[in-house]
Amino acid sequence: MAGRLGILAAALAAFAALALLGRVLPNWFVLVATLAFAKGLVALGLVVLMRGGLVSFGQGIFFCAGAYAAGLTMRSLGVSDAVLLVALGGVAALILGLIIAPLLAGYRGIFFATLTLALSMIAYGILDKTYSLGGSDGINLHAPSFLGYQPPTPQAGSYALYALTCLVTVIAAALCRVHFDSLRGLLSLAARDNEIRVEYLGASVRRVSGVNFAIAALLGGIGGALSALSLGHIDPDFTFWTTSGEFVFLAILSGYASVTAVFVSSIIVELVRSFSSQYFPNTWQGALGIFLLLVILFLPQGLGSLVQRRRRSQSQSDLEPAPAPAPVPAETSQ
Amino acid sequence: MNLAAAIFVDGLIDASWLFIVAVGLTLVFGVLNILNFAHGSLYAVGAYTAASAAGWYYGGQIGPPFFGYFVMLGAALLVAVAIGPLLERGVLRLFYRRDEVVLVLVTYALFLILEDATKLIWGVDPYYAYEPYGLLGNLSVFGLSYVGYDFALIALALVTGLLLWLGLNRTITGKVILAVIHDRDMSGAMGVNVNRVFVAAFTFGVFLAALGGAFTAPKISVQPGISISVILLSFAVVVIGGLGSVEGAAIAALIVGLARSAAIHLMPWAELFIVYLVMALVLALRPEGLFQRTTLRKI
Repeated sequence: MAGRLGILAAALAAFAALALLGRVLPNWFVLVATLAFAKGLVALGLVVLMRGGLVSFGQGIFFCAGAYAAGLTMRSLGVSDAVLLVALGGVAALILGLIIAPLLAGYRGIFFATLTLALSMIAYGILDKTYSLGGSDGINLHAPSFLGYQPPTPQAGSYALYALTCLVTVIAAALCRVHFDSLRGLLSLAARDNEIRVEYLGASVRRVSGVNFAIAALLGGIGGALSALSLGHIDPDFTFWTTSGEFVFLAILSGYASVTAVFVSSIIVELVRSFSSQYFPNTWQGALGIFLLLVILFLPQGLGSLVQRRRRSQSQSDLEPAPAPAPVPAETSQ
Repeated sequence: MNLAAAIFVDGLIDASWLFIVAVGLTLVFGVLNILNFAHGSLYAVGAYTAASAAGWYYGGQIGPPFFGYFVMLGAALLVAVAIGPLLERGVLRLFYRRDEVVLVLVTYALFLILEDATKLIWGVDPYYAYEPYGLLGNLSVFGLSYVGYDFALIALALVTGLLLWLGLNRTITGKVILAVIHDRDMSGAMGVNVNRVFVAAFTFGVFLAALGGAFTAPKISVQPGISISVILLSFAVVVIGGLGSVEGAAIAALIVGLARSAAIHLMPWAELFIVYLVMALVLALRPEGLFQRTTLRKI
């Protein structure tokens, strides 16, 4: 199992590099990167789901569940520990996922996509009008603490949250890589090609998809909790369809060949968004649309396919991936 | 009793424009297998164009007031002819062999582009075209006073649905379209020019979206954001009715219209929520919508 050791080494190296990088880079970049990684986690969950041939247009519901679980616990119980809140967000989304999974189990393709969209919009409608949970204005959160450490300045706080996000991201990315290369992960690809064949070969598509769905829900909740802490605010827009659309966009952009590509695309998109919404407030969505069209047209397998293509061409030399400034948690498994 | 009547009539009015827009969406899905997210933007473009055209027509006192309705109809036609073939031939054609879900994402990208394009052309200030709204006077139904224009909308929806049904089921062109819906490869093999059917069907879908937009423009303030609520509603209608089914869209538009007006009258907080609740319930009971025929699974 040299592959798993390699993943562990890459994950440790990536975490060390990211943590150091956060010390050097300006504060605004740390904030952007925190949010990008948090959203990248949700998109990673969607990639897990997409490998099994299912695309959810309502992944925002888990994002929102995680955010609200963390935010409401902070507000009503006074818990301010970030680690605990993030774990809680993940568990809440996982429970929600287990509740709605039986409802979704029989659906594929466009029907799965529309039903998940409907569920997330129902959640939006409820939250938007539930004034005890903040209604459409949402709830403001205060700065969290970290296992007893209360950051003295806002800068220290945002760095601590960044470090926590990086840690979670690296662990999630490594575990997803292991999952992708496991028997169940490979069965997902087979189910994507043809479910009936997989069933005839004796595997349960329902079980494979169920596990993928649970992973996606968990990652969605964790990402949501991290985003909530990073933004300091939660509102029903967390489960609005444009938020879910953004996750689908990220997942398609990165493709399902590489785990790292998810977070690279997430950083790119978040940077593009924060720059262009500042300089071209009225045209940046259109630019994003054009970008999306071009990616689908010319890179049907996503950004990850670029990495894979290159790796294949130098597969004999068995090189470590170059330590780029971008996160490189898990690329050495094949 | 009065309340029930109000819910019924309001629901019917709501259902009428919803049907016009949603039937376009369902037709495009039936023929091209594309769930067009940009449909709401096309509705918005229709509304903006009609509002501008009506503003020009009534502002300059160009002709008799009633002729303004034809100006709005012309605006919808113009939008369809200008945008329909361009989008289908220029963009969508490149993605036909892709997965259904990827196609949804392609139209989502188109939606983003069209949203910003409308903002660039018409700005972000609201447009009003109130003149056509008052032209038909008021009338009283069940003791409640209604604007006549709203009933003209119901008539327009009925005429649209009837013409569409006749066109699809009683003409040669319609039968060719039905054949393509049923099996596009086989119709191609039998000598149908599938590409031409695609362009025509998509353009007609754009026309229906723009028509819905053009004739609701006098009722609302035309401003950024209307496309989103419209696509979310017509999306629900189409899924409830069964993707690709004209009859389904009609029944579903009625259901959604009535559910929404009941919610507005009885529990205003549930307006958006109830539509998706109905959709989830229908999908849970009939996974393919109310009117979808079961299809063979190709292995």
